[in-house]
Amino acid sequence: MSALLQTIDVNKQFGGLSAVSALNVEVEPGEIVGLIGPNGAGKTTSFNLITGVYKPTGGKILFGGEDITGMKPHAITRRGVARTFQNIRLFKEMSVLENVLVAQHMRMGTNLLEATLRLPTYMARERHIHERARALLDEVGLSEHEQASATSLPYGKQRRLEIARALATEPKLLFLDEPAAGMNPQESVELMDFILKIRDQFSLTIVLIEHHMQVVMGVCKRMYVLDYGVTIAHGTPEEIQNDPKVIEAYLGVE
Amino acid sequence: MNLPIVKQAMPRDTRLTIAASIAGLVLLFVFEQVFDPFTMQIFKLCAINIILALSLNLINGFTGLFSLGHAGFMAIGAYVCAILSMSPDQKEANFVLQPIVPWLASTHWPFLPSLLIGGLLAGFLGWLLGLIALRLRDDYLAIATLGFSEIIRVVLTNLQAVTNGSLGLKGLPRFTTMWWAWGSAVVITVFLVLLIKSSYGRAFKAIRDNEIAAESMGIDVFGMKVLSFTISSFLAGIAGGLLAHYLTTIDPKQFIFLKTFDILLIVVLGGVGSITGSVVAAIIVTISMEALRFLDGPLNLGFMVTNGIPGLRMVFFSALLMIVVIYRQQGLMGKAEFSWAALSRVGLLPRRRTQGSKGGQS
Repeated sequence: MSALLQTIDVNKQFGGLSAVSALNVEVEPGEIVGLIGPNGAGKTTSFNLITGVYKPTGGKILFGGEDITGMKPHAITRRGVARTFQNIRLFKEMSVLENVLVAQHMRMGTNLLEATLRLPTYMARERHIHERARALLDEVGLSEHEQASATSLPYGKQRRLEIARALATEPKLLFLDEPAAGMNPQESVELMDFILKIRDQFSLTIVLIEHHMQVVMGVCKRMYVLDYGVTIAHGTPEEIQNDPKVIEAYLGVE
Repeated sequence: MNLPIVKQAMPRDTRLTIAASIAGLVLLFVFEQVFDPFTMQIFKLCAINIILALSLNLINGFTGLFSLGHAGFMAIGAYVCAILSMSPDQKEANFVLQPIVPWLASTHWPFLPSLLIGGLLAGFLGWLLGLIALRLRDDYLAIATLGFSEIIRVVLTNLQAVTNGSLGLKGLPRFTTMWWAWGSAVVITVFLVLLIKSSYGRAFKAIRDNEIAAESMGIDVFGMKVLSFTISSFLAGIAGGLLAHYLTTIDPKQFIFLKTFDILLIVVLGGVGSITGSVVAAIIVTISMEALRFLDGPLNLGFMVTNGIPGLRMVFFSALLMIVVIYRQQGLMGKAEFSWAALSRVGLLPRRRTQGSKGGQS
């Protein structure tokens, strides 16, 4: 089977600083792949490059065989790539339910006239996305909060809402940027189960950035290690744990 | 589980809405019979200001774009509507320095098509400006739109053969009756409420709340901004047309950027991002502008007597604006909207017996 996502020599420079260089990642359908590395290694920048928030300085990004390099984020999302954010970016003036509804706007295929005149075709779609949104909130355990304002939720629930919102865009490939940040060990274990569950339930492919090694080692079959924008290692958790370059990057060398 | 409660509540709310609509209609009738023409003028101005405030609120409040080009779009609507609907005789009387261009000399359209063409042209220019200026953000966008509005004014001043330049247009037919003004205001308010509550409204608000997240959720942020800007310009153009035939005299000086700030004042006082707030504030501000006219005249303050300071009214509004910005930044309504349920929550209506589990809504 061909790769769902493939990056070929992608690099990004901010002025003289090379944030990411020669990023060559390959993700097969159904995989859960980890992206790890010390702070400032270029992990989030890599996410931003693939999801279109940044335009690469060079290289190519292929999604499902299609060249998506330099496309706008919404066009990439339309093709089936969704993401969450490291520093939570919820729609803060909107309710929990509305946050999930918004993410389905693209898939509604409605037009302005239909929507403002409340034509039956629009109302049917509106009902449909409400049902889906409620089902997704149920999935992440936020049903009881659907009318609460998004930012009034506790931190862990905000993270879950971000995942529900990303799932609402009907992705094939989901990027999770530090999903376990700020979670206690118990919550982290739950998160691992949750990630595996949504992978199977929504037949997703997942790429995640995580500092929490227990989570990464637990759910990822393969991982890439970045340091100073360079991919220094890549392989199974066991290989990574024993790779001298990785140990050097994390702990330094004597 | 919530559904039966909503179903039970519907008839009451619908009844109340119908009752309020009829009461409003009757009130308009009564007002027209009872009040003198001057009071009616103020009342009509309320309606025009509602449209202006709502259209500015759509971009500034709901889509989160700081735009200051409203006066320009109003000017386009006003001029297009006026020129299309003026009689050929009126045009000849007006264009004394230079005759009007031949292709406009004989147009004499009814009010509605002129008004709509004025709005559409304003909307079209809004779309063009949006394509260019909406690449900018925040203060840069404000500066660009402000500049655009001034360009419009300068063009209007210098296009002698089309707009009669700084002499302006006088003796326009008084088309803006109370029914036109309030009819338009009601239609536009209903349109905007439906728009904001639709999927598009949610997308606008998402852009306001977090642009990067909105884009990552598949919303075409640029396209949506242009859409919102175009609708807003169209509505500003309509309001401009109504204003022209309300004042019956227009000249480019009316549409300097200060006009935009008058509308911005209403939007900020009412609540950036609240339709209810804009409507209420538009009425309050318009009426107070007149009610406080005595401030401009001679005043006896007890310890001193002034002999009339023109513009003291505006000092009052400036002070009010400062107080609001310091102590109640969200304005009158914040982002809240009127609803019958909210009215009974604050105790102005009897509570329903079946007060369901749907509490805690803001």
